[in-house]
Amino acid sequence: MMRFSTLIKHPANWMVGKQEEQGAVITSRIRLARNLRGFSFPGWARKSERAEALKILRPAVEELSPMKDAFSRELSELTSVQKQVLVERHLISREHAARTDGSGAVIERRQSFSIMLNEEDHLRMQSIRPGLKLAEAYEALNELDTELESKLDYAFDPKLGYLTTCPTNLGTGLRASAMLHLPALVLSDQIGQVLQAVNKIGLAVRGLYGEGTESLGNLYQISNQSTLGESEGDIISRLERVISQVASHEQNAREKLMEDDPEMVSDKIGRAYGVLRHAYLIDSKEALNHLSLLRLGGDLEIFPKKTVHLCDVLLMDIQQAHLQLHAGMKLSPEHRDSIRAEIVRSRLQSLESPDNLSNKEIKKSRPKQDGNNKDHE
Amino acid sequence: MKCDYCDKKATVFLTQLTDGKMKKVCLCEDCANERGVTDPTGFSLADMLTGNFEKSAESLSPTSKASDQRGSSSGGKVCSECGFSIDDFQKVRRFGCANCYKTFEAELTPLLRGMHKSSDHVGKVPEGLIESHFRRQKMEELNQKLADAIASESYEEAASLRDELKALEDTEVGK
Repeated sequence: MMRFSTLIKHPANWMVGKQEEQGAVITSRIRLARNLRGFSFPGWARKSERAEALKILRPAVEELSPMKDAFSRELSELTSVQKQVLVERHLISREHAARTDGSGAVIERRQSFSIMLNEEDHLRMQSIRPGLKLAEAYEALNELDTELESKLDYAFDPKLGYLTTCPTNLGTGLRASAMLHLPALVLSDQIGQVLQAVNKIGLAVRGLYGEGTESLGNLYQISNQSTLGESEGDIISRLERVISQVASHEQNAREKLMEDDPEMVSDKIGRAYGVLRHAYLIDSKEALNHLSLLRLGGDLEIFPKKTVHLCDVLLMDIQQAHLQLHAGMKLSPEHRDSIRAEIVRSRLQSLESPDNLSNKEIKKSRPKQDGNNKDHE
Repeated sequence: MKCDYCDKKATVFLTQLTDGKMKKVCLCEDCANERGVTDPTGFSLADMLTGNFEKSAESLSPTSKASDQRGSSSGGKVCSECGFSIDDFQKVRRFGCANCYKTFEAELTPLLRGMHKSSDHVGKVPEGLIESHFRRQKMEELNQKLADAIASESYEEAASLRDELKALEDTEVGK
């Protein structure tokens, strides 16, 4: 049986994807919702009925070819910190983490696939890929689904499609989403406009972290809302088109910022580096926002390209449950800030100061920059 | 002894120790079912006695409500397979089982327009399923015809219908 520590010791497949393909689109995610015919949906089922459904679901999922040697547990077997770590890695949902008996999670070794059992639906299957790879992620997940379909009796209606607990998932049961990093659109105040446009054409946009309209770390998620009346292929290609447009807006905004005000950009990125490299106490909000700028620095080659990957991994590792797991104990908020800073400092040790690079950048476009607002040193 | 909630004879007696105090309640079978007392998952006598029952039932997963909705006189339409009612749907905006989609079709259809591109599925269809789905539909239809034939004493027709049904059943077993 695969141990929890083995599962999370390695970064997920999507974190080690080809870096040149990343940039604005960090990951692509596909989720399919499926239910068994003849069983109440998990939220409504009696405990015994849920257990019965799990008994059918779990072996069927474990038998899937990519799930050989997968990490498979009933949620009651996991501690709350372990569950929270899985949430932070986007492997199970926040709602699922609150469940115990009668629910389960089966996660592929490289974390490319994860299947929640008795979540809101009997099956919530997910595949994650680095970069803008929705079609690829769907294809892979579809294969799993087809394999499962031959073993399980899915609830399906010719008119309404796959029947789901919530009618908002009806039809294809497909939710396709991408996580985007849009710092330049935020810095240039264009983000509101862009997101509004995306929303207008029927796609959902939300900040990945933070409440309401606030987004920490300039991370956004775009996903489809309608699941009925449009084929999987159409949903995905429409979404990919819109996402690549947003990504190219971001790219343009970056280029424009570097053209108009390279000093401002270098200053922000340099300060972010300074804080992250030297802070001894840092809360998650501050860390997320600075990591976002550092990541931008990697994309703009103010820092080496590998910085992007370094930041993506850190984004995971500085979250609450990851810190707790790392420390092996429950942490007070102050203690968390201290350990967070320690981890960030040590990871950035190998990252050289951007001084030379940023000076070069500034000299290139603003040769006569004066010094009346220079460093305090 | 009478039920604490109505005048019928009490047959269910509960005792629970909460915060060091013993609480007792006597219920008739109907009231016990209605309040989910017979469902062992997540029922708290204390909540019921302190009048928090409605609230606590809502905050619980609907699991514990399954039984008390069944046959309750809430007035709303109820799914024959899982006991989920339209009132439940208004509250949680989710359904109880696949059959609810048939039961509440009339209520759902106008909502779908606001949620989705259209109200007809386009996309993946599980091959094995669609076959068995149509077979199931056909069998239902034949069963109905068979009942009609027997009622109208058309035994010859009934016999052929029965054979047809039998053939369909066999293909299902053989799949």
